[in-house]
Amino acid sequence: MPQVRAWFCRLFGFFRKNRREAEMAEEMQQHLDLLIERNVAAGMPAGDARYAALRQFGGVEQIKETAREQRMWRWADEFVQDVRFGGRMLWRTRSFSILAILCLTLGIGTNAAVLSWIEGILIRPYPLVAHQDRMFALNATTRGVTGFTGLSYPEFLDYERNSILFESFIIDRIMGTTLSVGDRAERASGGIVSANYFDALGVRPFLGRGFRPEEGTGRNAHPVTVISYRTWKDRYAADPNIIGRNQILNGVEHTIIGVAPEKFHGTFIGYSFSFWVPTSMQETFDTTGYKLEDRGARWIEGYAFLKPGVTRKQAEAELSASAQRLEKDYPETNRGHSLSLLPLWKTPFNQAANMSSTLGITMAVVFFVLLIACANVSNLLLARSLLRRHEMTMRLALGAGRRRLIKQLLTEGLLLSLIAAAGGIAVAYWCRNALVLAFPSPAAGIAIDLPGQIDWRVLAVSIAICVGATMLFALVPAIQASHIDLSGALKSEGAGVVSGSSRSHLRSGLVLVQVSLSFVLLAGTGLLLQSLQRMQNTSPGFSTNVIVSGADLFSAGYNLERAKAFATQLLDRVRKIPGVESATLARLMPFSYGTFSEAPLEIDGYKPAPDEQLNSSYIEVAEDYFKTLGIPIVAGREFRRTDDENAPPVAIINETLAAKYWPGKDAVGQRLKVKDKWLQIVGVAKNVNYEKKLELPRSFFYVPLRQNFFASNNLLIRTQESPGAIRAALAHEVRALDPTLAPTAPFRVQEQVDRKGYTQRLAATLIAIFGAMALFLAAIGLYAVMSYSVSQRTREFGLRMALGAGAADLLRLVLSRGLLLTAGGIVIGVVAALIFTRLMTNLLFQVSPRDPVAFGAAIVVLGTVAFVACVLPAWRATRIDPVRALRV
Amino acid sequence: MAKEKSDLVYGTLDMLILKALQHEPRHGLGIADRIQQMSKDILRVEQGSLYPALYRLEAQGWIKAAWGVSENNRKARYYELTSAGRKQLAAEKDHWLRITRGINLVLSGI
Repeated sequence: MPQVRAWFCRLFGFFRKNRREAEMAEEMQQHLDLLIERNVAAGMPAGDARYAALRQFGGVEQIKETAREQRMWRWADEFVQDVRFGGRMLWRTRSFSILAILCLTLGIGTNAAVLSWIEGILIRPYPLVAHQDRMFALNATTRGVTGFTGLSYPEFLDYERNSILFESFIIDRIMGTTLSVGDRAERASGGIVSANYFDALGVRPFLGRGFRPEEGTGRNAHPVTVISYRTWKDRYAADPNIIGRNQILNGVEHTIIGVAPEKFHGTFIGYSFSFWVPTSMQETFDTTGYKLEDRGARWIEGYAFLKPGVTRKQAEAELSASAQRLEKDYPETNRGHSLSLLPLWKTPFNQAANMSSTLGITMAVVFFVLLIACANVSNLLLARSLLRRHEMTMRLALGAGRRRLIKQLLTEGLLLSLIAAAGGIAVAYWCRNALVLAFPSPAAGIAIDLPGQIDWRVLAVSIAICVGATMLFALVPAIQASHIDLSGALKSEGAGVVSGSSRSHLRSGLVLVQVSLSFVLLAGTGLLLQSLQRMQNTSPGFSTNVIVSGADLFSAGYNLERAKAFATQLLDRVRKIPGVESATLARLMPFSYGTFSEAPLEIDGYKPAPDEQLNSSYIEVAEDYFKTLGIPIVAGREFRRTDDENAPPVAIINETLAAKYWPGKDAVGQRLKVKDKWLQIVGVAKNVNYEKKLELPRSFFYVPLRQNFFASNNLLIRTQESPGAIRAALAHEVRALDPTLAPTAPFRVQEQVDRKGYTQRLAATLIAIFGAMALFLAAIGLYAVMSYSVSQRTREFGLRMALGAGAADLLRLVLSRGLLLTAGGIVIGVVAALIFTRLMTNLLFQVSPRDPVAFGAAIVVLGTVAFVACVLPAWRATRIDPVRALRV
Repeated sequence: MAKEKSDLVYGTLDMLILKALQHEPRHGLGIADRIQQMSKDILRVEQGSLYPALYRLEAQGWIKAAWGVSENNRKARYYELTSAGRKQLAAEKDHWLRITRGINLVLSGI
């Protein structure tokens, strides 16, 4: 107790100490002076008078101390009293307290955990980067073309040179290579970055150094690389003498000059990078040639940091002035090109856009859950407030002040919400890890780097919302108390037969809110689960059982001739492996993260409209591609081994392309012109999904790999064997051809398909979890309201029974009210859901956002749960003993 | 004046202070004087317990304080009864009278 007192003295004294102290000292001094005067008047000499007065008064400091205690003590005393009483009340109504605390805890905890991710993934995605608030993505666009189009290197330098409002510009272009260390080969993502990259980000390498300014320029002049911490650990066994070692990247020896710090994964939302090279090495990592001096080659993705105090608008004005100048100086390459800034979470060239829709919906969902939790606690508090009306009346009658009552109720509310907040923090920390476990595993290659810490601001907001709601509703009994007509209340309380309905409206309102919010969540969950199921059950049009592997010849430094010979021999050898049904090569595997080639088309005999731009994506594939992937050829034939550089150029088109330019006619035998070359169409293939399942039918065509060779290809194998079983045989065949090469670890295309659907599965999982939680909370809410109203109406039910009502009548009476509320909530929920689910159209696959099955299921589930929540209290009502009920 | 032992019955100081303030606001010394005078010098308030009691009463909202000027033109803090204080005084007085009547009856019995 003394500690509490001391604590309060300090807390209280903090605000008013000085004034109070001065007043107290002055008052006592005046008292002493009066005493002295009186003594002097009585004839004492001045010295004696003062001495006598002091003795009479006593020890001034001791008195002050006692006085101080008196003042503080009362405050502390009351507080301790309130806390004790509040604690006792919470303990006495344990089930109420546990429910309320549980609701708040879940609400606060999950909200904080999820908002922290969102904040971490989208708002400050790069944990080690300083000043992310001033970091923006460079959004290079071209008039007439939708989306991001990229910058060329000379352009980038011009912007950098002409700017005064920017602190720095950085380039960060994602690329991939095969990283072979020892006999292990692995696909790795890396970044081609400007030499100032690490300095501008404020990221200090953990070992070695970052890039020097001169390392950014000179064609292939600086083969140096900084590797990631994870690469250093996993691939180089955390070798402390790594700096200065050489590593072949894309066939060129690079010197490892640095290791990035542990938490730095690059600046690309959705992937974690393994290494970085300076811009001077661009050509080594780009199959399409040297671009540092080509103003028309737009390949750069990057960011800019604004100077402190500069607004995005000002900076964009400067950029657009630069863009106009460039347009004038270099009309043939720069006409229609412009540059603007986008916040990091809208970055156009990484996974941010994919993630933000998922996370946006998750955020809304979690917020709903928080609202439901608040409504729940409010409901519980309201229910209890009615129970306590008698207590409040009694206290008032016994002379308690209204302020005192309010203080006590607030203390109780505070106690409740503080316990819940503590629980919420625990849940938030736990959730962060536990929810990750609930996630579908993201598979190798896509690293979604979930931030490790809970953002305290997020936590504070969640707690504030909950504490606010709790306190607000905790006060209701006090507000009621102020309207109580004492004598009337004391008399009528406990004697009334039918309870008043004044506050039941508020409570019903809260239940309506809960039920309708839960409905929206359930309907959304239903839609997502359904679309997930459809997505999983729908074939993309090819066999996902096919195994992907390959030897990265480009990275190994093969030239085209050598690579071609190697590829031919490898195919022959692989086809002879027991269990292999067929094998082929393709520049990209289906659903790859890479982008298909795209080219403008000319169609023999087709006159495009004046502003019609004919173009289409295509892929380079070897013979047996369609057989291996199981894509039906609807007309003509599949590619043959003989479709090589010596044969006339040919192509196979898909149904969409055929229907578009040769409607109703046979496309086989027709011609189309791509890159100044006429290709003869030899076949029409069935449409498939090319990049993802959420994809509209698009034009697409295939050309023989031998007529358009690339050194880095994917080997696709059709077999009933598992990837693990085929691995050794595959490695054997590759080694037989080149002992220095290792094949990349084989896996099924299905894995890649799953990876591509990850966002959808993530969203569905999250929403399913929160939907279930919302349902649970809503059930608690309904149950609390119903059982409370039953307990309130005990006397009424007793009377009804005494007058001849049967159990069935009472059951009906109670149930009808609960179900009416539920029905009302569902009606509101349906309307809200119709609005809300439209926002998630882009997450849905072959499911309408108003899908009747999902809505129907939500109605059934919610209705059932509500029924159960109401039946229990209703059943209790039928068990009331009329004699006892009326006597009480 | 020599320091005397308190003649007050334990716990009655608050009530006496309230009573002393019944008709007009007074400062600390004035309250002590008034109690002494009303009790015909039987009761003397120990100065040391006066101020803690005053602050306690103030914190309870039964009296309130304001700076004023004393009879000999000095600045002094004057205490005044609040309406809650008046009620409290009445309650305590009732209580006291009942108790003392009881005690008297006991003491005067044979």
